[in-house]
Amino acid sequence: MNLRRRYLRDRVMVALVYLGTALVLLPLGFILLHVFTQGIGALNWAFFTQPPAPPGEGGGGMLPAIVGTFVIDLMALAMGGVLGLGGGVLMAEYPDHPLNRPLRLVANVLGGVPAILMGLFAFVLVVEPMGGFSAFSGAVALAILMIPIIMRATEEVLRILPWELREAGLALGLPRWRVTLSLILPAARGGIVTGLLLALARAAGEAAPLLFTAFGNPFLSFDPLGPMDSLPLKIYVYAISPYEDWIRQAWGAALLLALMLMVTNYLARRALRRS
Amino acid sequence: MEPLRMETENLTVHYGKSVGVRNVSLPVYDRKITALIGPSGCGKTTFLRALNRMHDLNPIVRIEGRVRLDGEDLYAPGVDPVAIRRRVGMVFQRPTPFPTMSIFENVVAGLRLVGVRDRERLMGVAERSLKAAALWDEVKDRLHEPAVGLSGGQQQRISIARALAVEPEVLLMDEPTSALDPISTQAIEDLLAGLKEQVTIVIVTHNMQQAARVSDYTAFFLNGDMIEFGPTERLFTNPSDPRTEAYITGRFG
Ligand SMILES: Nc1ncnc2c1ncn2[C@@H]1O[C@H](COP(=O)(O)OP(=O)(O)OP(=O)(O)O)[C@@H](O)[C@H]1O
Ligand SMILES: [Mg+2]
Repeated sequence: MNLRRRYLRDRVMVALVYLGTALVLLPLGFILLHVFTQGIGALNWAFFTQPPAPPGEGGGGMLPAIVGTFVIDLMALAMGGVLGLGGGVLMAEYPDHPLNRPLRLVANVLGGVPAILMGLFAFVLVVEPMGGFSAFSGAVALAILMIPIIMRATEEVLRILPWELREAGLALGLPRWRVTLSLILPAARGGIVTGLLLALARAAGEAAPLLFTAFGNPFLSFDPLGPMDSLPLKIYVYAISPYEDWIRQAWGAALLLALMLMVTNYLARRALRRS
Repeated sequence: MEPLRMETENLTVHYGKSVGVRNVSLPVYDRKITALIGPSGCGKTTFLRALNRMHDLNPIVRIEGRVRLDGEDLYAPGVDPVAIRRRVGMVFQRPTPFPTMSIFENVVAGLRLVGVRDRERLMGVAERSLKAAALWDEVKDRLHEPAVGLSGGQQQRISIARALAVEPEVLLMDEPTSALDPISTQAIEDLLAGLKEQVTIVIVTHNMQQAARVSDYTAFFLNGDMIEFGPTERLFTNPSDPRTEAYITGRFG
């Protein structure tokens, strides 16, 4: 009789887990489906190859924004990746280092700051001193956004590696930095890449930090020191515009952004499995 | 008397306010096997780790007394712990293959990661070390497969080969067979006899038969004190301290 009740309870619990999973997955699926149905119509040849057309004229495309997204996000990932990884490694591997406490404080504070303030930071730090809007300043804003995410993810994955691994390296007469670089980081690379992707995904969707840094640009540009367009900026501007054509293109841009992130995620994971 | 390779003099290791080992003076003779025995928590590991400055990373540890390698104090100011660990290697209780590396890369890690690139030389070192660790025949056809695919006993012999590859003068082993099955244990015990031609060995073991089988000298620890040290045969047949006798006859611990 006791056993029976346990079986029953087990069933109920399993059912609850399924229900919870469905409750989480349903809205996500719904959003993706909605973006897909709304956006797929806008994805045509011109969308990928043309600069934007003036409002009301129809046609035109997202080429400058697509290129700009790659340029800005890659610059941001390079800067945020190096600094975030460095900070995460310091926090996990050198807990007694004097820089540790301030670093942790910075990570916590940055982690709680709204994204638009990152844009303000970058405006004050980069745009004003350099005298104008630029893709670089946008990348700085996004990098600041990424740093706490990468730092925390890195710290966490390094912490779960067994301490014995470090001792095994040290016992071979390897210096501490060599152990970290050649034994610890490779062993944690899966988790580190996950952290980098998470940060990239988070930053790639942000328009606010780019508003007064990268600013946007209707013309195709590869110049990191000049203003540059980006998909989130375009989505922001087009989605709140009164023109039906632009709104349709905003959905297209949203779909493209989602697809780009999914493909990046897939490719990174496949590369990881190969190596 | 036998030539000394290492020796400790009044070595005390503190963990914060508590003491791991107290006032231990122990000779380690060149190219002999010295076994450390004693009940759990008596300080064997603590003592062993003091011999290659493995305690350095633990900020609560404080060390008093002397540890000498070829007459030089390991803890004198200006001594580089990294250089010490090149000369005094260590094998741990649990096998620790580097998870992202192949068998070959594991064995030569201590050389490759300090910049030795000469492929031929590394291959030679790998073969020599794997032979010394009695593993060559089992892995020679799959040197480039991941080391984590090996059995526990084979992984432990990888750890031994890896330690030998940097040609240490002294090899410290902390219960190297306690996580292994009897056959792997046998394989490692068998290879120890061959190893001592080249390297001085200090081995911690919980297993008194093992100590009696493999070692030339034995030190018995109890509650952080070294109670007795002597030639293994003498210590096991004719212990001079009643506590040693109680331990080796199985009356406690
Ligand atoms: N990192 C540490 N911090 C604080 N105390 C420690 C630490 N490591 C060991 N000790 C203490 O030091 C004493 C000796 O421990 P040690 O690990 O050297 O014993 P052992 O002889 O190796 O035991 P075992 O046979 O179980 O491995 C024990 O009382 C232990 O609790
Ligand atoms: Mg121990």
